[in-house]
Amino acid sequence: MSAITITPIATFRTDDPYPFCPGCGHGPILDRLNEAMIKLELDPTKVVIVSDIGCSGLSDQYFVTSAFHGLHGRSTTYATGIKLANPDLEVVVIMGDGGTGIGGTHLISAARRNIGITVIVMNNLNFGMTGGQHSTTTPEGGITSTTPFGNLEHPLDICATVGVNGAAYVYRGSSFDSDLADRFAAAMMKPGFALLDVWDLCTAYYVRSNKFTRAGMEESMRSWGMEPGLLYEREAAEYSAGYRLAHAAITGSPVAGAHPIPVGFTHALDRPMSLVVAGSAGGKVRSASRLVALGGIRSGLWAAQRDDYPVTVKSGHSVSELWIAPGEMPLTAVTRPDVLAIISSDGYGKAGPYLGAMTSDDLVLTIPEHSDLETQARVAVLDPKSAESRIPKTSMGLVYLSAALAITNPYPLDALREAAGAGSFAEANLAAVETGVALVE
Amino acid sequence: MEVLPTGRAVPSLVGMITNTEVPRREYVDGTTAIVRGAIDAGCTFFAGYPITPASGILMSMMREIPKVGGVAIQGEDEIASIGMCLGAAMSGAKAMTATSGPGISLYSESIGLAIMGEVPLVIIDVQRLGPATGGATTVAQGDVQFVRWGTGGGYPVIVLAPSSVPESYSLTVKAFELAERFRCPVFLLTDKELAMTLSAVDVDESAIARDTARQEKHEGLPYSWEPADAVEPMRRYGEGDAFRFTGSTHDEGAYITKNAAKVGALNEHLIAKIEAHRDEIEMVDADLVAGADTIVVSYGVTAGAARAAVTRLRSEGIGVSSLVVQSLWPIPETALNEAFDGVDRIVVPELNMGLYSREIERIAAGRAVIGVNRIDGGLITIDEIVEAVR
Repeated sequence: MSAITITPIATFRTDDPYPFCPGCGHGPILDRLNEAMIKLELDPTKVVIVSDIGCSGLSDQYFVTSAFHGLHGRSTTYATGIKLANPDLEVVVIMGDGGTGIGGTHLISAARRNIGITVIVMNNLNFGMTGGQHSTTTPEGGITSTTPFGNLEHPLDICATVGVNGAAYVYRGSSFDSDLADRFAAAMMKPGFALLDVWDLCTAYYVRSNKFTRAGMEESMRSWGMEPGLLYEREAAEYSAGYRLAHAAITGSPVAGAHPIPVGFTHALDRPMSLVVAGSAGGKVRSASRLVALGGIRSGLWAAQRDDYPVTVKSGHSVSELWIAPGEMPLTAVTRPDVLAIISSDGYGKAGPYLGAMTSDDLVLTIPEHSDLETQARVAVLDPKSAESRIPKTSMGLVYLSAALAITNPYPLDALREAAGAGSFAEANLAAVETGVALVE
Repeated sequence: MEVLPTGRAVPSLVGMITNTEVPRREYVDGTTAIVRGAIDAGCTFFAGYPITPASGILMSMMREIPKVGGVAIQGEDEIASIGMCLGAAMSGAKAMTATSGPGISLYSESIGLAIMGEVPLVIIDVQRLGPATGGATTVAQGDVQFVRWGTGGGYPVIVLAPSSVPESYSLTVKAFELAERFRCPVFLLTDKELAMTLSAVDVDESAIARDTARQEKHEGLPYSWEPADAVEPMRRYGEGDAFRFTGSTHDEGAYITKNAAKVGALNEHLIAKIEAHRDEIEMVDADLVAGADTIVVSYGVTAGAARAAVTRLRSEGIGVSSLVVQSLWPIPETALNEAFDGVDRIVVPELNMGLYSREIERIAAGRAVIGVNRIDGGLITIDEIVEAVR
């Protein structure tokens, strides 16, 4: 084995001068970042600087690392994706106070996940690039171009927000801090989510409008209840590593491992047949329809079912339209069912269009409550109380569909029995099939 | 035993089984087909946010992608989810996200970023009835223009539309291929019914041993637009020398520029790389009858009733052609022009008030275009299309 000697590079900066205004703190902050990366002897090809919009968003062009310059406030999301896909990368986000406002939820979530990225907020208390408008960190009373009579909003405490929500390292300071490079280095060494809220002077706008100076900065922080220093530090599993650890044992064939449904029966259909079951959500209507489809497939038929239900899932109606057919057929709505099973009043409420379209060739099975329904179809009233034992609500769909199959005989009942016995709740499903068959004997 | 009635108005059969081979079928929905297609196409990153009727894809990807060594995550919102996909794609992952109309609204700015930064990304839009929250469990085809024009600038994207469960699989695979080939967002425009309807399908064993490795390079500039339709292989963070990415107008090194010549070349490239290669993208399922004066042009879930209506009309002796559009954008103009030759009536059923038929009208050049439209959450029926053709 031969040892590879890596010579640390002298600078991560390009030769280009920064584009920032005279006296702006952004340049010094980036110089401290450069010093931190030199100190850590990082490989620039393994570093990605992620930035977004505003003056801070110009930063990444002045480094020799890789870069992702994206949309306002979303830098944390890109950084999360970059780190999740390749945890070996050192990912540094540079954003402004504008980005923390528009992307506040992303910062909170990144902190909660403890994703291993380092966020540097260049916080100059206003929007510098677009004309000195107020931001989420503008102090109360602050004069900006959009708060000409003084800011009425309370400033966002970025550090507290991410600190109480799981961040691993949270620091507040300013571009003038002598140890800022060390703080950046410590943050980058931290495996989890690190954020540094670094205040600086916007000489173009905020300084001029508010007589805000270096001398008053630290005092202002304290007077606004935002202490400087290392504010939060926490040891917890970093997300991208934690994800891999948690899923290391998840193996096996993904969904592609299809299992063909065994075919052991023949059917009697020479054209598509449609069955509609109209019941209530939570009544396993869709499961019943699925079992009838699977019985059909076990008999060599094709099948397709289209379900309709409200967004509440467990309340309201549940209607399942099922086609079984001797050949493959396109997906279409059932307008005139061969068989309609009404198993609850919720279902009856949705059955009108079907009942109106059905003719004497067609069959309606209904619970006694709706025996007076109006239709041209033949109607069979099935009373669940006549069954040998009480029929649970969750079996009604399968009971009535089994009864319908026993009457119309498109495929052998044994195929349905096989389907019912093959999956979950086999015992209850098999009982429902027998109950349904018995109801029409 | 009762005998089933005959002679009813029912959907046509695509093909009756005549052989005695035991069929190998399973019963799956479009959601499962999309997830399989993604995994088989080499998808290694998924981020999404719950929304009916697309949540099934999110839940399935959370379970399945770890099995192939990938990462799936539920973002804090749709904006974060697509942002994570873009970052992951630049780290070398093949990325996918899935949502419905309200989520596409939130994706809007990032769709633009994917176009500008030339990021391969597959976006599944499981359409539901809009506008706004609309009907979460209700079908519609109202996003057909929205996905095409859903971000600022007017630059092209690719949009595919399956019309069945098997196509939900094959067009998802195709979406990944096109996203890689053209380095752009590719939409799969499906809907509540196609995603959630269970269908018997023949077991597809064609997906084995697909080469899914990304064609990438590890050195040099991330972009090139000389010639204008050139598509440079992707770079990947952490491999080779450092490189840049930006959503601003930029040069081939992704350095921000306002140089008019460079800006013009970049923007023309974003259009030319797709427009000059429409033949690689345009897809239709054409079922034409010589001499027919009427054609039904459909797409997505509505193609089911359209195909059935055409079969029924033919069984009644009425010659009518059918064309199902599979690549909605770019519009398959060549195939449409060929299909319109000798036709004087074009019937366009869609679950909106004519959003795609306006495109058909442009190509139809004066021929009668008859819409069959529905926006109440129901599917267009076979009868409605038959009536429009007659």
